[in-house]
Amino acid sequence: MSKTAAWPVAPPKDERSVRRIAFSQTLSRWDVKISPYLYISPFFILFAITGMFPLAYTAWVSVHEWNLIGGQGDFVWFDNYAFVLSQPPFWIALRNTFSIFLISAVPQIAFALLIAAVLDRNLRAKTFWRMGVLLPYVVAPVAVTLIFSNMFGDQYGLINNLLGNLGIEPIGWHSDVLASHIAIATMVNFRWTGYTALILLAAMQAIPRDYYEASMIDGAGMVRQFFSITIPQLRPTLIFVIVTSTIGGLQIFDEPRLYDSVGQGGASSQWMTITIYLYNLGWGQLNFGRAAAVAWLLFLIIVLVGLINVAITRSIAKAS
Amino acid sequence: MTGTGFLERRPRRRRLVNGQRPGWMAYGFLTAVMLGSMFPIYWSFLIGSGDASTINQQDIVWWPGGNFLTNAAAVLESDSVNFWRAIGNSILVSTVVSASVVLFSTLAGYTFAKLRFRGRDGLLIFVIATMAVPTQLGVVPLFIAMSQLQLAGTLWAVILPAVVSAFGVFWMTQYLAQALPYELIEAARVDGASMIRTFWSVALPAARPAAAMLALFTFIATWTNFFWPFIVLDRQNPTLPVALSLLQSNYFVDYSVVMAGVILSTIPLLILFVVAGRQLVSGIMQGAVKG
Repeated sequence: MSKTAAWPVAPPKDERSVRRIAFSQTLSRWDVKISPYLYISPFFILFAITGMFPLAYTAWVSVHEWNLIGGQGDFVWFDNYAFVLSQPPFWIALRNTFSIFLISAVPQIAFALLIAAVLDRNLRAKTFWRMGVLLPYVVAPVAVTLIFSNMFGDQYGLINNLLGNLGIEPIGWHSDVLASHIAIATMVNFRWTGYTALILLAAMQAIPRDYYEASMIDGAGMVRQFFSITIPQLRPTLIFVIVTSTIGGLQIFDEPRLYDSVGQGGASSQWMTITIYLYNLGWGQLNFGRAAAVAWLLFLIIVLVGLINVAITRSIAKAS
Repeated sequence: MTGTGFLERRPRRRRLVNGQRPGWMAYGFLTAVMLGSMFPIYWSFLIGSGDASTINQQDIVWWPGGNFLTNAAAVLESDSVNFWRAIGNSILVSTVVSASVVLFSTLAGYTFAKLRFRGRDGLLIFVIATMAVPTQLGVVPLFIAMSQLQLAGTLWAVILPAVVSAFGVFWMTQYLAQALPYELIEAARVDGASMIRTFWSVALPAARPAAAMLALFTFIATWTNFFWPFIVLDRQNPTLPVALSLLQSNYFVDYSVVMAGVILSTIPLLILFVVAGRQLVSGIMQGAVKG
């Protein structure tokens, strides 16, 4: 047993116990020194193996000919990148991904702000309402997609039925490019708007109430307060929300993959996203080299967009 | 990072501002949002309790039919989709992943929050930076590795890449930094507890509330995860989301059966939501203030 801070009450009687105490103190010193590294090492080792290494190794795979059956082939420089970048489907996928991302992220944040502002009022049964907006979060994206792809059916879908009752022509929720993006963005927003609203609500509650009192005395109304106090004070949280939704949104797979039963992103790639393209190259055409090139390109795009986000924020922060 | 703590309660809001109860408009709005949240789930139950023709009717039926159990049985007994297996797999994978994420995160979080060692700040910054790395994009080498290790198709392939989480470490570090007083640790050390004993009997009990929340979120994220399990698992041994996707990919899609499957796979999380929804809400709100 190692004992720390072992202050012996009585002086040791013989040499043996002196040595034993000395030994246990050495052990204890090692315990103090080494334990921290021991405790953090599982995380770092496992994360390096399962997270960092595959990501880095993707770059290696992407400059080789590599397929599912034959394994690693020749080193081909940037041939895989050249191939991918010369393919129209890649550019269509890129367009779709950004389009779906923007159509989901912008309304989601706006609507989440509105919900958060209402939840921030002095409500009765607060927890009840907060739980209510979070409910969709426990429905898996796959389940959400199956439900919504059914509601957005082109022929017998609920939404077109309702529109028909209002005398509106049915919309090609699957056949039309923009309509399909709106449908998919709706699924994303269904699951995440409440979650985002709670994040924003937490940040709103951290705003010092004196600001509102002062502005009230100056005669500001609620709308003015919202835009002149709430929004500026929320900036760090908004950036957090935007960055995380960028990272997630550009990798969108579940919803477009299951939007129809084929899973290829539509007959003419109306809603094929980059991860679907990646999946098709890797596990449809069994070409891992090209799939890895797409993965690495998407990684660079995400990093780039993240940096642009930060830069824009910096400049706004400096300006104000 | 603002300093609102887990434990310190914010002083009650003063009545002057936003103090009066809001009018019916606020409640009306929230009711509408809530109905919108619930409707798709209700709709899937509507379809899932009808029969194959329900979906094709021009007149929308707003009340559930009586076929839910029949449809659910069709899902559970389906030959093409191993649904029972999927339920077992999802429970197993989500439980193991949550337990391991909580254990490793608490261990590392305690160390970052309370122990002194060389390189601490740099390593913590590294953890925070990695939270933003889209590791999901490493699927190609991950698949190659799992195939070579003969693990592709097994649950290990889903569990192993998920056993640690940078977010989890950050979360536990934040929590333990304020929830665990140094005095407690020192007391344990003076009493002669070894480092690991101190962790086990002092830090671990103190970490319990945050650990429970981390477990909850990890469980939900693992339960609903699709991309990687879909790639690496085969049809005979799926998790629930993979099984659901297979229900739809049959040539003749009977939506009443698909929706019954959707309901079946969502019920466990709905129960979890009823039991622990309050914790989910406060977990998100605390995490956000931290973030």
